[in-house]
Amino acid sequence: MDAAPILELRDVTKAFAGTTALHGVSIRVEPGRIVCLLGDNGAGKSTLIKVLSGYHQPTSGQILLDGREIRFAGPRDARKRGIATVHQDVGSIPLMSVGRNFFLGAELTKGVRPFHHLDTRNANRIAIEQMQRFGITRITDGDQLVGTMSGGERQVLAISRAMYFGARVLILDEPTSALGVKEASYVLRMVSQARAEGVGIVFITHNASHAMAVGDRFTVLIQGRVAAEFARGEKAREEVINLMAGGEKIAELEEELAIE
Amino acid sequence: MTRLIRRPEFGAFAAFVLTYAFFAVVTSGAGFVSVNGTAGWLNLAAELGIVAIPVGMLMISGEFDLSIGSTVGAASMVVALGTSFFGLPIWPAIALALVLGALIGLVNGLAVVKTNLPSFIITLATNFVVLGATMGFSRLIANVTSSSIVQSESARAVFAARWGQANVSILWWLGFALVCGWLLGKTTFGNWIYATGGNLTAARGAGVPVERVKVILFVLTGFAAAFVGVLQGVQWNSGNSTYGMGYVFQAPIVAVIGGVLLGGGYGSVVGIVLGTAIFGVISTGIFYTGWSTDWVNLFLGVLLAAAVLANNYVRRMALAAR
Ligand SMILES: Nc1ncnc2c1ncn2[C@@H]1O[C@H](COP(=O)(O)OP(=O)(O)OP(=O)(O)O)[C@@H](O)[C@H]1O
Ligand SMILES: [Mg+2]
Repeated sequence: MDAAPILELRDVTKAFAGTTALHGVSIRVEPGRIVCLLGDNGAGKSTLIKVLSGYHQPTSGQILLDGREIRFAGPRDARKRGIATVHQDVGSIPLMSVGRNFFLGAELTKGVRPFHHLDTRNANRIAIEQMQRFGITRITDGDQLVGTMSGGERQVLAISRAMYFGARVLILDEPTSALGVKEASYVLRMVSQARAEGVGIVFITHNASHAMAVGDRFTVLIQGRVAAEFARGEKAREEVINLMAGGEKIAELEEELAIE
Repeated sequence: MTRLIRRPEFGAFAAFVLTYAFFAVVTSGAGFVSVNGTAGWLNLAAELGIVAIPVGMLMISGEFDLSIGSTVGAASMVVALGTSFFGLPIWPAIALALVLGALIGLVNGLAVVKTNLPSFIITLATNFVVLGATMGFSRLIANVTSSSIVQSESARAVFAARWGQANVSILWWLGFALVCGWLLGKTTFGNWIYATGGNLTAARGAGVPVERVKVILFVLTGFAAAFVGVLQGVQWNSGNSTYGMGYVFQAPIVAVIGGVLLGGGYGSVVGIVLGTAIFGVISTGIFYTGWSTDWVNLFLGVLLAAAVLANNYVRRMALAAR
C-alpha cells in the first residue's frame, strides 16, 4: 500500500496578493497510484497542481521529489524531472498533424547536420503506435490533423506523449470534464493503464463518479484546505459529493428546493 | 486525392491554372505565353517573391511585417551612397546593406516579443521610421533621396545578369524558395514555426522557444527585403528610398492568395510561390490584353477576397473529422 512517494507536498501554503489559495496542504503522489483531487470551483485545485508542476513556488512548505526537498525552477525543470502536466485544452495544435504534435519540442530528426531534417515517417509511426497502445484504434494516419480528432482522442494523444517521454508523475487537470460518456471512459481506461505501468497520477475532477471509478486515494479541498482524505472504498458516492460541495450545504439546498 | 485537396497550396494551384489559362486565351497571339512573355511575368514575380516567402513564413508564425517596403529602399540607398558618395567598393556596400536589413528585422522582432504589441502596428511604425530615416539621412549626407550606383562586373553578374528577357532574380527566387521550403516543411525549426502560429501557449508549453522563432523570422524577412533592395539597385543602376513601397501590402496579399492563414499556423512555401506567380501573371497579363493596367488592382482585390474565403473553407475541410 505505502510505496515511497515520488512527489510530495508538505504543509504547503500559497498566497497571492489578496487571497490565500492553499493553506497548509499536504499530498503524496505514489508510483502506481491515482490520487484524486476533488473540490468545488475556486477550491485551489489548479493552484495545487501549478505548485506540483513547477509553475508556482510555494509561499511556505516543502516539495519533496524522491524524498528530497526540491525547488523547481519552472515548468520545464519539473518536466525534465519526469513530472508531466496535461491541461484540459492547451497542449495540442489543431492544424498540425498527429506525428508533429506528438514530437513537438522533442523532434525526431535524421540526416547529418546541418542537413538534418524531420523524420516524419518514424514520428508518425511511433505516435500512432503509442496511441493504439492505449486503445485508440480509429486514428491510423500520423499525417491526420489533430483538429480532426475528438476531445478524448486529444487527451489520449497528450497522455501517451507524456508517457512516451518518460513521465513518472502525470498530472491531469479535468481530463474528462469536457467529454461525453464514451470518450470519458477511454480516457479513464487509459489512466488506469498508466497506473498499471507504475506512473503516479494526480487526477483532478469535478465529477465524483469519474473519481470513484479510478481513484486509489482522495483528497478533498475546500477553500484551500484539505477537508477530507480517504482511501478507495472508505466513503460512499453521496458522501463524497456532499464533501465536495462543502458538507451540509447540499442537504440545505435540497430542503430549500423542496419547499418551493 | 483528398490528401491533395487538403494541402495548403491546393487552392493557389487551382487559381494559378485558372488565371494563367484565362490570360493565355484572352491574349492569344499577343505573345503572353511566349518565352519573352513568360520571362516578363517571372521577372515581376521574382523580386516580390523573394520578400513574400519570409513574410508568409512570418505570417504562419502569427506575425506581420509591413516594414519590408522601406527596407528595400534603404538597402538600395546604402549601396548607392556607399559606392557613389563614400567611394566604397560595391561588395562591402552590399554587405552593409544586407546587415542593415537583418538589423531592422532584429529590432522589429525584439520589439514585438518584448512589448507583446501587435506586430502589425510595430512594423507599420518601423516602415515609416526607416523610410523617413533613409530620406532624411540621404538628404543630410548627399542632399539626394535617390542616387546612382557605382557598379562592378562581378556585382552585375550576380544581381543583374540577364538571359534574353529573363533576369537572374528568377534564379534567386527559386533559391530562396528551395531553402525556405525545406526549412519550413522539413526541419525542426519549420515545425516550431507552425506550432508558434498554431497555438502559442501549447507551443511554449511543449518547450518551443517561440520568442526566438519569431525574432529569427523577422531577421530573415529584413534580410530578404534588403536583398531585393540590392538586386533592384544593381539592376537599375541606382538607389531610391521609395523602392519597394508596393511590397508592403503585395507580399502579405500573395501569401494569403497562396493559402497562408491570416491567423497563422497554416500555409506552405509552394503556396506562397504560386500566390506570387498569380500576381505576376495578372500584372503582366493585363498588359498583354491591351486593357488599362488600372484593372490589376481590381483583379487582385477580387482574388484576395476569394482566397480568404477559400482558405477558410479549406481550413474547415482540413479540420473536418474523417
Ligand atoms: N494567479 C493568481 N493570483 C491571484 N489569485 C489567484 C491566482 N490563481 C488563483 N487565485 C485564486 O486562488 C483561489 C483558488 O483558485 P484555483 O484556480 O486554484 O481554484 P480551482 O479549484 O482550480 O477552481 P476551478 O474548479 O474553478 O478550476 C481562487 O480564489 C482564485 O481566485
Ligand atoms: Mg482549476
